Amino acid sequence: MGEYIVEAKNLCKYFKVGKNQTLKAVDGVNIQMKKGETLGLVGESGCGKTTCGRTLVKLYEATSGTVLFERKDVSKLRGKELLAFRKDAQIIFQDPYASLDPRMTIGEIITEGMNVHFHMSEKEKEEKVNELLHKVGLNAEYANRFAHELSGGQRQRVGIARALAVEPKFIVCDEPISALDVSIQAQIVNLLMKLQREMGLTYLFISHDLSMVKHISDRVGVMYLGYMVELASNYALYDNPVHPYTQALISAIPEVEPDEEERKKRVHLEGEVPSPINPPAGCRFKSRCKYAKEICGQEMPELEEIEPGHYVACHMCGKESW
Amino acid sequence: MLVNHDVTEMMENIPDEMFKIVGIDKDAETPTRPRIGYWKDAWRRLRENKVAFAALIILLVLIFFIIFGPAISGYEFEQIDANAINQGPSAKHWFGTDDLGRDLFARVWQAGRVSIIIGILGAVIASVVGSIYGGIAAYFGGMVDDIMMRIVEVLLSIPYLIIVILISVITDSKSLGTMLVALTLTGWCGIARLVRGQMLQLKSQEYVLAANALGVTPIKIILKHMIPNTIGMIIVAITFDIPGYIFSEAFLSYVGLGIQPPSTSWGALASAAQQNFMFYPSQLLFPALMIALTMLSFTLLGDGLRDALDPKLRK
Repeated sequence: MGEYIVEAKNLCKYFKVGKNQTLKAVDGVNIQMKKGETLGLVGESGCGKTTCGRTLVKLYEATSGTVLFERKDVSKLRGKELLAFRKDAQIIFQDPYASLDPRMTIGEIITEGMNVHFHMSEKEKEEKVNELLHKVGLNAEYANRFAHELSGGQRQRVGIARALAVEPKFIVCDEPISALDVSIQAQIVNLLMKLQREMGLTYLFISHDLSMVKHISDRVGVMYLGYMVELASNYALYDNPVHPYTQALISAIPEVEPDEEERKKRVHLEGEVPSPINPPAGCRFKSRCKYAKEICGQEMPELEEIEPGHYVACHMCGKESW
Repeated sequence: MLVNHDVTEMMENIPDEMFKIVGIDKDAETPTRPRIGYWKDAWRRLRENKVAFAALIILLVLIFFIIFGPAISGYEFEQIDANAINQGPSAKHWFGTDDLGRDLFARVWQAGRVSIIIGILGAVIASVVGSIYGGIAAYFGGMVDDIMMRIVEVLLSIPYLIIVILISVITDSKSLGTMLVALTLTGWCGIARLVRGQMLQLKSQEYVLAANALGVTPIKIILKHMIPNTIGMIIVAITFDIPGYIFSEAFLSYVGLGIQPPSTSWGALASAAQQNFMFYPSQLLFPALMIALTMLSFTLLGDGLRDALDPKLRK
């Protein structure tokens, strides 16, 4: 157990909506991440990916369940230990236009974290800013610019440099590419992979772009309405998806070859995602699942290991072959 | 899907050394722009805005005369001269005299003191109170926010004329202080709403979350992110509020609820001149001109400031 850098056990995060209603954004997610690996987290909009990521770095307090970072319970961290955690766990945000303070220069944005965690002279800071800008592929001149003078891709690089400035071990990449053009997406993902090789970082890579997740991740988790439906190694998940929801997702990835696209069988899902406010009992996917049986309406399926390293939360999977 | 695999693997198998830079000189993009602070940059942009800068200069000239005008005129503003009543502008009395023979040049600037003091002080008091109130409401949120905002709505629903009349009846005075109290008593509500809205929006901004994740303390977040991102808006609100207060004062004095003689303000001057308007229009011209100039200048300056303080509009 000790080898995991980040561990979430039965993590739940509920939000109060209105008077007596709760929105169960994350409901019983288990995550274990080894040092240096990338876990991809995919799922449709509103399934709780972002909330999950933000709870892992303690931007939100978990409603129940625990997050262990290097075997320490994150919710019990105080003072110096909390500060150390803030240094080790960082987050890169989705919207590069909202994640940089418009009143600060790029240099100020990057030094913000350094001021908290390191004691450095102005000269050292300037050198470090230049080094970081170079590392993320930006010219040192940008240190004096304001965020709005930069393009989306450049801003996202600044967001990465800000996270790297405190020398973290674990970074939650919260859809870092979804606001960018396709060509820029590849650049940013390759940059992230290069940084991982050089610095031994651990990533939780949240995205709804399945091909990008496949490119960057070692293992991939699929979320649906606040819980994990399938978790497997990269190739196992894409080549042999077991959960019907995952199958539908994978079949939606466009093929490069037109012939292949025609031959491919699309799995179409019927119906709508149920509301995360008072979600249905039992398996939450049952309303859209063509294999649903009686048991699916009664019990919430647990994540079960059907092959080594391949986990699925489904009553029907692994018991019948279909 | 196979194709995808292959591309991915190919990309990973090519070492960085195999790439060489073609046709780009790395030194070509050397740093050219010096480091400019936020306020310096705002000031530079304000100067570039000709209209706003002209308004600023007009205001400075007006303020110069308001401070030194009464001394320059060589007359006391309450000095009555029975031999020189209702004169037009002349070398002796630059703006003419009123129906008691008082020098209007001295009186206009003396009146300006009252008007400008009410304008600036009123707007500043209202902004400070409103910012603190709105900030508290946004910071605590929930029930506190609900109750505080309902109070604001109740206060805003009372016509300020009623408040002014009530206060002058209760305190039995019509001085500058009473006017200030009466005008600011409900005046801060607008700014409180503005600041609360802005703070609420900022609280959930991703750069504030990022600062949280970096371990920046709440006090520093408020000082470095929240206030700088609100202050521009507050300054603009102040410049737009000042003409409002000046005009309210002028209106109250005009209808006789404001400053009482022998003390005077632009509104009171205009009110007095109105009785002689048919025969001596110049008596109304000067105070009215001052009111118009000040209000216009503040409004144009506020417009320019709003543009200058928004770094997104930087060219």
